[in-house]
Amino acid sequence: MKNTSDKLKDFFQYLTLFTGAAIMFLPFFWMINSSFKTEKELLSFQSFFPKELLFDNFRQAWEMGDFLKYFGNSVFVTVVCVALTMFVTILAAYGFSKLRFPGRDLIFTVLVSMMMIPYEMLMLTNYETIRHLHLFGKIWSLIVPFTSSIFYTYILRNFFLSVPDSLYQSARIDGASDWQYLWEVMVPMAKPSLVTIALLDAITCWNSFMWTMLMSSGNRNIRTLPFGLTAFTSEAGVHYNLWMAGATIVVIPMIILFLFCRKSIITGVSRGGLKG
Amino acid sequence: MNNEKKHRHPIRYDPDEKFEISILWKILLFLGPFMAGILLFTIYPFINAFLMSFKENYSILRDTFSGWGLGNYRKVLNDPIFVSGLKTTVKYVVIVVPISLALSIVIAVLLNNAKRFKAILQTAYFMPLVTSTAAISLVFRFIFANEGGLVNKIITTLGQSQINFLGTNKWSEIVLYIFGIWNILPFTIILLLAGLQNIDPQYYTAARADGAKTFDIFTNITVPLLSPTIALVAIVNSISAFKIFDYVFQLYNKPGPGYNLYTIIYYIYEKFGGTKPQYGYAAAASIVLFFIIAVFTLLQRVLQRKTDY
Repeated sequence: MKNTSDKLKDFFQYLTLFTGAAIMFLPFFWMINSSFKTEKELLSFQSFFPKELLFDNFRQAWEMGDFLKYFGNSVFVTVVCVALTMFVTILAAYGFSKLRFPGRDLIFTVLVSMMMIPYEMLMLTNYETIRHLHLFGKIWSLIVPFTSSIFYTYILRNFFLSVPDSLYQSARIDGASDWQYLWEVMVPMAKPSLVTIALLDAITCWNSFMWTMLMSSGNRNIRTLPFGLTAFTSEAGVHYNLWMAGATIVVIPMIILFLFCRKSIITGVSRGGLKG
Repeated sequence: MNNEKKHRHPIRYDPDEKFEISILWKILLFLGPFMAGILLFTIYPFINAFLMSFKENYSILRDTFSGWGLGNYRKVLNDPIFVSGLKTTVKYVVIVVPISLALSIVIAVLLNNAKRFKAILQTAYFMPLVTSTAAISLVFRFIFANEGGLVNKIITTLGQSQINFLGTNKWSEIVLYIFGIWNILPFTIILLLAGLQNIDPQYYTAARADGAKTFDIFTNITVPLLSPTIALVAIVNSISAFKIFDYVFQLYNKPGPGYNLYTIIYYIYEKFGGTKPQYGYAAAASIVLFFIIAVFTLLQRVLQRKTDY
């Protein structure tokens, strides 16, 4: 049985937690709440909640902002980028953990030390490289530079290294090639690591901002949602009701993803957080 | 004959037996795609940034330069805009990292103890992890706006005069800090929670058996045992805070209302993405950034090795 002081402690603990949670959640609430209000309602503060659920803001923002195109671009870039990254990462992690060749671990150590290079330093030259490859202003410019990730390879390699080699020997005895062994034995076993990598990469791709801004300066048709939204605000002028509707359109898919994969996202971030 | 026999009795297979050609082919197959990407988009641009930073009067269009030297560094380090950008960035790191850490420690400890409402609390605290800051920055702009802004509405209702949050140097800086802290909290809390779960519960049982108060447990057990994680998170967060650019751009579309929020990356961005590209300066500035981050990364490595995290 709990005594009074424990109950009081509990009460303050939850009070603090819920106050913090309310502050963290406030922007989301205010965004969705405001996206249903008319501009007049917004500026006058007549009522806290919208008088009626107006979908007109969404319709206007959707039409003015070309969000369908941005949305399609975001989905394309994210899906293709994650798929390619996974493929390249799986092959590389296998190569750096199970193939035997001289200098393998030394090369990998050097690669790991390169994780500290800030991307902004590489951006100068990559910008030019993309021009030379005639990819500037094309949607592939948002994908091609990001398919080789040292960090994800590092995570997956760690897992592959933990798989005992005896499994490899017996697979070889059964006549499996390296290729088959990788895809039929290793990959199914590595599912948790692969989910982590896919989620981290999907979040990064979907929210990528600065590079997308640089690449889409030549062609607005390749804008993805985040920069499309920023551009929309300068093109539409200051109409907070439309801004909030646009922001809601951008955020909702990610919120749905979060509600469905909350646990994997949280474990993913805690496992992948300390890169460097 | 011999070969055939081997086939029929593959039990004698030895993976080291046939190195030679097949292994080269395998290396190419498994590591080729990865190494191509790394060579073209990481190693080459890394080396090129160093080279560019030493090229005097470098013109990217004509690919010409007048000679090798330290001119770019001299120019950048004496450029008042870069120096103020460096100061702004350091100030951002020094303010945002400790405040977000302190808040996160309290929240992480409480969350770790909380047995109920886990799903709802996690959702509220961790949702910012996935949502694009481009969208949430608009909400912040609206909340802090003069016309129809929630914060100003509260201030005026309390009888105070309205504050121009987004249009003045002083307040625009504070809004940036709040936005930065709000954004980094979820990540920080999650890492601290992972650290808390690694603490042996026996410490707590023993302390409670000795009749220790909650606050004493927090200061004498939790914080010291968590300190390796705290130090690591502080470094990781400092590295990401040094790279601040998106938040400033998304909140103000320029380096602050009075060009007061210039950061290192903003400087790099304007020197190569702007109308008058000066790649040499951008490269030199990016190498200054690289060395700042390298110092922090080495610090992190040392800590990680020590604590075996």
